Amino acid sequence: MGESSVTIRCRVNGADVEVSGHPMMRLLDALRSGLRLTGTKEGCGEGECGACSILLDGQLVNSCLVPLVQADGVEIVTIEGVADGDRLHAVQEAFIECGGAQCGICTPGMVLAAVSLLKRRPSPTDAEIREGLAGNLCRCTGYQRIFAAVVNACRGTESGAS
Amino acid sequence: MSGDPEIRPFAGGTDLMVLLESGKLPPGRYVSIWGFNELRGITVTPDRVSLGALTTYRDVLSHPVFRSEFPLLCAAARQTGGIATQNRGTLGGNIANASPAADSPPALLVYDAELELRSIGRVRHVAYDRFHTGYKSMDLAPGEIISHIHLPRRQPTWRQTYRKVGTRNAQAISKVCLAAAVDLDGNRVRDARVALGSVAPMVVRCVHVEAALRDRIQDGELASVVSAALAHDITPIDDLRSTARYRVRVAENLLIQFLTEALHGRSH
Repeated sequence: MGESSVTIRCRVNGADVEVSGHPMMRLLDALRSGLRLTGTKEGCGEGECGACSILLDGQLVNSCLVPLVQADGVEIVTIEGVADGDRLHAVQEAFIECGGAQCGICTPGMVLAAVSLLKRRPSPTDAEIREGLAGNLCRCTGYQRIFAAVVNACRGTESGAS
Repeated sequence: MSGDPEIRPFAGGTDLMVLLESGKLPPGRYVSIWGFNELRGITVTPDRVSLGALTTYRDVLSHPVFRSEFPLLCAAARQTGGIATQNRGTLGGNIANASPAADSPPALLVYDAELELRSIGRVRHVAYDRFHTGYKSMDLAPGEIISHIHLPRRQPTWRQTYRKVGTRNAQAISKVCLAAAVDLDGNRVRDARVALGSVAPMVVRCVHVEAALRDRIQDGELASVVSAALAHDITPIDDLRSTARYRVRVAENLLIQFLTEALHGRSH
């Protein structure tokens, strides 16, 4: 990884893209600066807060901890790719309904953590919801409304409203 | 990977990217091994379970053999970071990063793990309890990587516990971490494995405690015998996460609570 620049190809929110940069460039920076997808936020920059969460090959990851060189050939979903066109995802609808966002910095990561959880567990227990969100920190809401939003989103998913 | 000592493997990045960002990554030529399929996969045979070094915490939690036979490894995996870290962090990386506060090594020590180390033209096996030799130092030669972790399948009936004490449940680095298992014959300890994290320059297997426990029954001396033996096994320090005094006390308490409950036949 000593080379100064590499070009990788991957799929981001359904579109094939090429990104060039230092092999150890953080995927977070490649998304925000390279692709101008600024919905993904930087919080701590060390894998503690989850603000930069994205889905990489379907799995929740902290994009601040993934070097560009490890993103070659992968499929990425960022917060910009969660809605289906103008139609919001059930999790996004539920966050709005329940007031699950306040300052908004943690929200993209929270939504992706919740989307990832509901893919793995369509009807999670309360403990599974807490575990699914445990890697995402929020300094405003006190978490209760976020938790309520995820509970609400599961009901929506169950009743086929997603 | 050649014998070039400057070449360093880079796996899930959950530790190394943090060091890189803070300017503390040791210099070297880092090679991403994330795509090396030879280092992935979980193989179950009648005698042992073998894990590729790139096995993630999520892989551990997804495979039924760990839930049924290696619950302490599952507990460690579930308490390592959050879901995003568990999807990316690897057991081989957790071992090679050699943090004394790492979560999975105490469980691996309890299960008598063996490491398979590979370099060009050479394969060797090292018992995991002999691998870490001091703070961040280990029995790993230049050009050698951890390729597999082997766990013998022989302790399904042992009573076991994994207790991580940190500031909060998720995302915390431990102040003290205990993994322990006892093989009981009625109310007598036939054999024991005890390992602790965050109480010494490296994760330690507590051989003095294990020796003191063999053939012991629950009696009034249990606590004092365990405390005395533990003093020979651990050397905690004061640091930003906790104090030496707290760590000794909590390590003793966790261990004695586990033994008391196990010897009284109470389930965990």
